[in-house]
Amino acid sequence: MDIATFLVQCLNALQYGLLLFLVASGLTLIFGIMGVINLAHGSFYMIGAYLAYALAPSLGAHAGWGFFATLAAGLAIAVILGYALEWAFFGFLYERDHLQQVLMTYGLILVFEELRSILAGDDVHGVKAPDWLAGSVPLGELMSYPMYRLFMSAVCIAIALGMYLVISRTRLGMMIRAGASNREMVQSLGIDVKFLYRIMFAAGVALAVLAGMLAAPVSSVYPGMGNQVLIICFVVVVIGGIGSVRGALAAALLVGIVDTFGKVLFPQAAGVLVYVLMALVLLWKPDGLFKAT
Amino acid sequence: MKRATLCAAIAAFAAGAALDAQCQAPKLKVGLMLPYSGTYAALGTAIENGFRLYVAEQGGKVGGREIEYFKVDDESDPAKATDNANKLVKRDNVDVIIGTVHSGVAMAMAKVAKDNDTLLIIPNAGAVAVTGPMCGVSIFRSSFSNWQPGYAMGDVAAKKGLKKAVTITWKYAAGDESVGGFKEAFEKGGGQVVKELSLPFPNVEFQPLLTEIASIKPDVVYTFFAGGGAVKFVKDYAAAGLKKTIPLYGAGFITDGTLEAQGADADGLLTTLHYGDGLDTPRDKAFRASYDKAYKMQPDVYAVQGYDAAQMLAIGLNAAKGDVGNKAEIARAITAAKIDSPRGPFTIGASHNPVQDMYLRQVIGKENKVIGIATKALADPGRGCKM
Repeated sequence: MDIATFLVQCLNALQYGLLLFLVASGLTLIFGIMGVINLAHGSFYMIGAYLAYALAPSLGAHAGWGFFATLAAGLAIAVILGYALEWAFFGFLYERDHLQQVLMTYGLILVFEELRSILAGDDVHGVKAPDWLAGSVPLGELMSYPMYRLFMSAVCIAIALGMYLVISRTRLGMMIRAGASNREMVQSLGIDVKFLYRIMFAAGVALAVLAGMLAAPVSSVYPGMGNQVLIICFVVVVIGGIGSVRGALAAALLVGIVDTFGKVLFPQAAGVLVYVLMALVLLWKPDGLFKAT
Repeated sequence: MKRATLCAAIAAFAAGAALDAQCQAPKLKVGLMLPYSGTYAALGTAIENGFRLYVAEQGGKVGGREIEYFKVDDESDPAKATDNANKLVKRDNVDVIIGTVHSGVAMAMAKVAKDNDTLLIIPNAGAVAVTGPMCGVSIFRSSFSNWQPGYAMGDVAAKKGLKKAVTITWKYAAGDESVGGFKEAFEKGGGQVVKELSLPFPNVEFQPLLTEIASIKPDVVYTFFAGGGAVKFVKDYAAAGLKKTIPLYGAGFITDGTLEAQGADADGLLTTLHYGDGLDTPRDKAFRASYDKAYKMQPDVYAVQGYDAAQMLAIGLNAAKGDVGNKAEIARAITAAKIDSPRGPFTIGASHNPVQDMYLRQVIGKENKVIGIATKALADPGRGCKM
């Protein structure tokens, strides 16, 4: 592999890792801070992609600010959906054991898949990237890199920074971290933990939906897309340490590197390399790379 | 035998039309094992639509018998395939199974069908093994083998004088067989496949491999993907700027049912398949018109395969006079017949796979326009089939 190809592969790894981080961050927050295993997280990613497909034509996502309008509309829907789901289903899951959480959220996956089939059909769809991002940046004479992917990576980095700032530098972030450590104490201090958790859950859902909407132009929109993303998300969360956003970022980048170079250097084993990585990390640090938040 | 004597006795005693109804041939139980959920759901629906259309055109009867349908959603899951097939065979006691799309599922179905001596007609799954080492007197295919479109494309590429090729696909049976067919024809024609790239099914992160292709700089890239993966691959290939520099050839599935989603990124792509748009034969036009009238959408290759599965069943049953147990006669009739399909007339070879023309198609507008015949009357070699 020559230098040019190696650098492009590094770029591929970085870009894939950042997108994984975006999807996994919501999962690690819900899992780590609220203690709920949310298998339906992949479904929210799928909902995001289908939302992008459904909203794009009506909100004119191709030109000008239409793209951001689509994102904003999608996020608004996601927050409402997250809030409603938490109130209706997830609120009951906090004190339950993990098996019940798995059962409930697995049921939700099935429901969402059927709803998707009924409302949007089973065909594969494409979403066009907005015109102002549709070009490619030539990387020497090797190949060109789609501008949209660079934009996606930039958004992921921005969100990572935003999350770090909110969690470590704001009152809300303080309450979140306190609630994760000791729910009862926080409640007795007069903070409404129930409302806090609901906001948190809505944020987690919004992150997954945002990831789905952003990724829609580069992946395609098709049945079952949520399930594929879910598995790799859990791997990232487990490697990074449950509840740690910093860990999710580190783990996502690691997985990106292993997956990208694995595909090129060890294609026979490419399918299992990520899991081998997870096994090695857990052998070294059984709780994942970083502690919660 | 007892039933026949009883019928004769009743008919002798009473001439009433009501009693006469007891002696009509019992309904033919057709088990449809297709994907009704998941990524191949649209294909399952198209196959069923095509099948039912043919039956409706025959007045609702096949081999003189009315049809009773039993449906099972196989979810394209090979792990559940044996249980699902047994549901149809043991619980519903079907006479014939029609299915499926996914090759892994089809292989399990073929085993169940052989063990229970049930007639099986496969309206899509191209696993070479099914008409190879696992072939059987009661197993037929109305679609293709994965090897066929690949071989035809390899032929086209070699004849164009291309020398260096890279293949890319998922690492599973369908991908391996398709690439194998391409490699066989391409290397026979003087070319060389310098690298065979693959990624685990159903992974769709193609970027690292596209970068690989860019650094190898072959004359042509041959690919096999289907469904969501096909859409993403074509779009990624164009976005990486490769479409302008390295021609992309593929088995037809890369552009079948996916053109709407792929948009301009698919324009001009060359593919091979046993069906396409713009065939312009009276038979195809009539089929498309009646499919459109019945289902309010245009048919695709999967609908044609479902339609022809029903046709093959009718040919076999008519020759066996409705007796689905007479496998020898059914097989004899189907392999001797010339099937009048919307794709063009084809025959069924000795290993029970279609011997058919492979069309060369190009994406023009929103259609896979047939621009020529890549290979005439291509037969899968049926290696390992002992019947």
